[in-house]
Amino acid sequence: MTTSQRIELVCPAGSLPALKTAVDHGADCIYVGFKDATNARNFTGLNFDPKAMREGVAYAHARSRKVLLALNTYPQASNWADWTAAIDRAADFGIDAVILADPGLMAYARKTHPQLRLHLSVQGSATSYEAINFYHERFGIQRAVLPRVLSLPQVEHVIANTPVEIEVFGFGGLCVMVEGRCALSAYATGESPNCNGACSPGKHVRWEQTPRGMETRLNGILIDRFGDDERAGYPTLCKGRFDVGGETYYAIEEPTSLNTLELLPELARAGVRAIKIEGRQRSPAYVAQVTKVWRAALDRVMADATRFTVQPAWIAELDKVSEGRSHTLGAYYRPWK
Amino acid sequence: MKPVKLALGPLLYYWSRQATLDFYAAIAESAADIVYVGETVCSRRHELRLDDWLEVADVLAAAGKEVVLSTQSLIESESDLKTLRRIVAQTRYRVEANEMSAVHLLAGAGRDDWIAGPALNVFNPPTLELLAGSGARRWVVAPEMSGAALAELQRGLAEPIETEVLAWGRLPLAHSARCFTARHFNLQKDTCEFRCLGMSDGIVLRTREGESFLTLNGVQTQSARVHNLLADLPAVTEVADVLRVSPQGEHTTDVLALFRAALDGTTSPQAAFEQSAAWMVDQPCNGFWHGRPGLEQYVAA
Repeated sequence: MTTSQRIELVCPAGSLPALKTAVDHGADCIYVGFKDATNARNFTGLNFDPKAMREGVAYAHARSRKVLLALNTYPQASNWADWTAAIDRAADFGIDAVILADPGLMAYARKTHPQLRLHLSVQGSATSYEAINFYHERFGIQRAVLPRVLSLPQVEHVIANTPVEIEVFGFGGLCVMVEGRCALSAYATGESPNCNGACSPGKHVRWEQTPRGMETRLNGILIDRFGDDERAGYPTLCKGRFDVGGETYYAIEEPTSLNTLELLPELARAGVRAIKIEGRQRSPAYVAQVTKVWRAALDRVMADATRFTVQPAWIAELDKVSEGRSHTLGAYYRPWK
Repeated sequence: MKPVKLALGPLLYYWSRQATLDFYAAIAESAADIVYVGETVCSRRHELRLDDWLEVADVLAAAGKEVVLSTQSLIESESDLKTLRRIVAQTRYRVEANEMSAVHLLAGAGRDDWIAGPALNVFNPPTLELLAGSGARRWVVAPEMSGAALAELQRGLAEPIETEVLAWGRLPLAHSARCFTARHFNLQKDTCEFRCLGMSDGIVLRTREGESFLTLNGVQTQSARVHNLLADLPAVTEVADVLRVSPQGEHTTDVLALFRAALDGTTSPQAAFEQSAAWMVDQPCNGFWHGRPGLEQYVAA
């Protein structure tokens, strides 16, 4: 095989400038969120108000690109109406697909807006074709985003056994835990990705220069301590250094980014339909850099997967924006597990 | 307090075959009304295979317990699905579905007696009603859900459904494809040498200030502190029909007996809470129940 079917490049935008940047640098789809807890990047100063959303959708559609809306947190009885209202607004704004995790919301969207395309969010934690096909049969989901859990052969096996398009993460911050199955942040701070759309939220973070070094805390819990020669990273709680059995190390994960550029030919052969770039909380500069590199890489692989090689210049560009400035293949590569 | 059943959740650690069998022999004589059995954490653990678990189930059922087979929380491979299909195909015992593959298979088999497990992310009435419409007859509340949110969810249901609340044990906080126990020993999961075998309560992860924070249990991460709702029982039993105790290395039957005494009114909730201190592997916490960070021990002013 020399050419493969179209693989969409799905890029993040936390603001209107980031959305325009993603479009200008070659994203096929841009995923966004409203300015509230209905999405998993509910951070201060981020996301779209109605005016920005209308302008963003118009900008993308004028250039034949799609806008996807993440509504991927789990509503409670008390705020259910906020989430259904968000779905109604999405339909009204002409959003091309909504990315949902909650089955109740999917049922609502299916019933109220049957024309609205549904994607299963990574927060839905569907790691097998049996799980994905459940959402397909019940709600007609057309795409599922796989949690960063499966190895490449496992991804291929899922694709072979479902009519649902499969989207995978290609680049960006790495959740070590199964998405939608992590309450670590809730345990430490009371706020979780599932219910509040935030992990290790900034308002609980404290940076303190001490005689022992720079200390980073989350709700008072020491997540890491850095020497003068070290670059102090954000205290995402699964990426701190802890003591286990008298040994201090990154007990859960290093501060590293997922980067699957070198796997692109295999992901294409497996039949992956879209590659997702993480980072709605990142700057337009990040979006520009990453979109540019991945556009080039995807064009190469779709033109001729057999002759695809990772360009050193691409890696150099991506290194500039990576968390922790190191890369991993994550679970796609079995020894990572 | 209204009549409330006592359940023992699935064993989350990996104990030797003999230790596991001895444990369940004691559970057969315990105060538990319901016992969840099966391997839910890691497919590589095989001191007991499904047939062995079914034998354990038979012993518990003969002792008068309601037995439920719990499914694996993270399904990755076709071999995981094969085990899942066997669990769904047997009809002697009810099944606790711990992710959506199990829900799909149970609903597809037309089963209408299963339990929606704590990791299904049920947070609102429409989602719970959807599962009930697919055959769920009981649900286990996500540990991160507060008592107030639970009560509000229940008020929104057209039909009530039996509700189970985790009331004792280290909190199951996260699942990963990565094994953190193997990582601790610089091993990969595929060649893990089964290092978690025999760790009665997992390995404690501490901050660099020496505070216990989390527990590494293979691919699962738990709290270090013990979620303990004994002191909160009057409020908890208003919304819970079943209370879950999670197995621990020692004193599980003592804990079950203590809950029974507190539910029967022979011990006050506060006295039971104080008595339980001797049987906790770490400090208590109840923050989730009160809508606060899970690690807090919250006492109403």
